[in-house]
Amino acid sequence: MNLSLTLTINGKRREIVLDDPRVTLLDLLRERLDLTGSKKGCDRGQCGACTILVHGQRINSCLALAISYDGASITTIEGLADGDALHPVQQAFIDHDGFQCGFCTPGQIMSAVGLIAEAQAGEDAERVREAMSGNICRCGAYKGITEAVLDAQAKISAGKERDAA
Amino acid sequence: MNLFEYVRPSSIAEAVAAAGEPGSAYLGAGTNLLDLMKGGVTRPSRLVDLTHLPDLNGIETLPDGSARIGALVKNSALAHDPDFAKRFPVVAEALLAGASAQLRNAATVGGNLMQRTRCSYFNDPASACNKREPGTGCDALGGENRSHAVLGWSDHCIAVHPSDFCVPLAALGAIVEIAGAGGQREVPLTDFHRLPGDTPDRETVLEAGEMIVAVRLPADAAAFADHQRYLKVRERTSYAFALASAAAALKIENGTIVEARLALGGVATKPWRAKAAEALLAGAAPGKQVFEKAAEAAFAEARPSGDNGYKIELGKRVVARVLAMAAAGTPDRMPALPASPFAPIPEGVVNV
Ligand SMILES: Cc1cc2nc3c(=O)[nH]c(=O)nc-3n(C[C@H](O)[C@H](O)[C@H](O)COP(=O)(O)OP(=O)(O)OC[C@H]3O[C@@H](n4cnc5c(N)ncnc54)[C@H](O)[C@@H]3O)c2cc1C
Ligand code: SF4
Ligand code: FES
Ligand code: FES
Repeated sequence: MNLSLTLTINGKRREIVLDDPRVTLLDLLRERLDLTGSKKGCDRGQCGACTILVHGQRINSCLALAISYDGASITTIEGLADGDALHPVQQAFIDHDGFQCGFCTPGQIMSAVGLIAEAQAGEDAERVREAMSGNICRCGAYKGITEAVLDAQAKISAGKERDAA
Repeated sequence: MNLFEYVRPSSIAEAVAAAGEPGSAYLGAGTNLLDLMKGGVTRPSRLVDLTHLPDLNGIETLPDGSARIGALVKNSALAHDPDFAKRFPVVAEALLAGASAQLRNAATVGGNLMQRTRCSYFNDPASACNKREPGTGCDALGGENRSHAVLGWSDHCIAVHPSDFCVPLAALGAIVEIAGAGGQREVPLTDFHRLPGDTPDRETVLEAGEMIVAVRLPADAAAFADHQRYLKVRERTSYAFALASAAAALKIENGTIVEARLALGGVATKPWRAKAAEALLAGAAPGKQVFEKAAEAAFAEARPSGDNGYKIELGKRVVARVLAMAAAGTPDRMPALPASPFAPIPEGVVNV
């Protein structure tokens, strides 16, 4: 059985050989590639703590078989900041108290980045809450999370308009 | 999770041949299969990964006007395809009422049709379950069964089919395209899933090695586009399976329903088309009374399978309300809370 795969993770191409076909993307990132930002909450698709982007789209890495994602381009929470400059979504979570213990936060932030790219929610807080429902926060920081997503989205689109002008 | 052999075919013919081996399972996105394997509920010895197959990713309109959706199309890609969502808005609404954004981005059309029940005894290898292990009994009978079926169940299994997507597909007369060692065949979605009877382990008409290659919506289904809605009642506002749901599509001309389509979810052992209710609606003027009569007809044969008699009353209310919502018209934009009873009620709809 050939268990080698190529992934582009946070812009860096990596050739990986697995010793076991059962490895999920989440376990690959955390246990084998030392990218422990993505969290394991439930490991069953029920909490969103493991959210990453594959080809720019948010998915649960705990229910993704790594070998099946051969050729994929992946972004994790480690790939968002530009050196010391935080991504606008990261900054907005700090500005709006979008967390308490922080365990769900990498998943929330990756999900928010995916949501903003999908461009379906607009400025409607209800749509943001619905689109973020795949991310559970046991600390109940939902109010700050919704505000952070709306604020980050506004800043990102203002930045785009500035760049276009 | 048990160890398995991983196979990545490069054509449908290779896939079908590889999956013909006993113990094989197809891998779509894995959002259901890996979950079940982690729990030891299913233990395939070989996974045949479909996700690298070419040509199964398209959403096309065929010359006759029908829509053909490849088995690997992601649930979210289908729901957000502007042309498709305009012609079949109830399908988009049902998709967006299911799971979470992350799961919908991964989940495939084929995998959604094939997803297994959420019965907690099925999902617990320590329990007796005829579906998981034929002949062992059914711990849901006499157990925790408030979310189980009131339609289509047998003494061998009372589990609900959990898919939202399949409900409007049943209503709109979708067709499942299947490939197998003997070539291609097709089956209406309403015949694709089997009633449990005394073989609840056999959930669909697929034979060993057969796979879904596409789902088709007939051209005539698009004629209902102006009046169709999905309504789903669940235990929280979002990210939960249906306790009761319904998809309704009406063709209304000069104030009369000329044709109606109705299917139920969350209450039956398979996606449930309610033809008697449809017949009752045809020729009537839309209104609360006829919608309530249709709801009675849809649940005429329902019986509690345990502690779930409430689903009959709940299901009737869902039907009456979704018909009123459909009659009020397909909204211009997808509601902020798709299919939700908590969304603002369209003008003219009486809260039932
Ligand atoms: C937390 C959670 C919440 C959810 N909530 C909802 C919900 O509210 N509503 C809802 O409808 N669903 C819900 N789902 C289920 C979800 O829709 C399914 O997991 C998903 O659609 C399965 O698609 P997949 O591509 O991941 O399939 P897989 O997991 O890859 O496969 C599922 C099954 O289908 C078989 N299979 C896959 N593709 C084919 C094919 N082409 N031909 C033949 N067999 C095939 C596999 O062998 C397997 O048995 C939820 C799931 C989770 C984890
Ligand atoms: S209801 Fe069906 S799936 Fe659930 S335990 Fe009984 S036989 Fe198994
Ligand atoms: S760890 Fe993946 S969804 Fe909970
Ligand atoms: S901040 Fe603690 S779980 Fe969300």
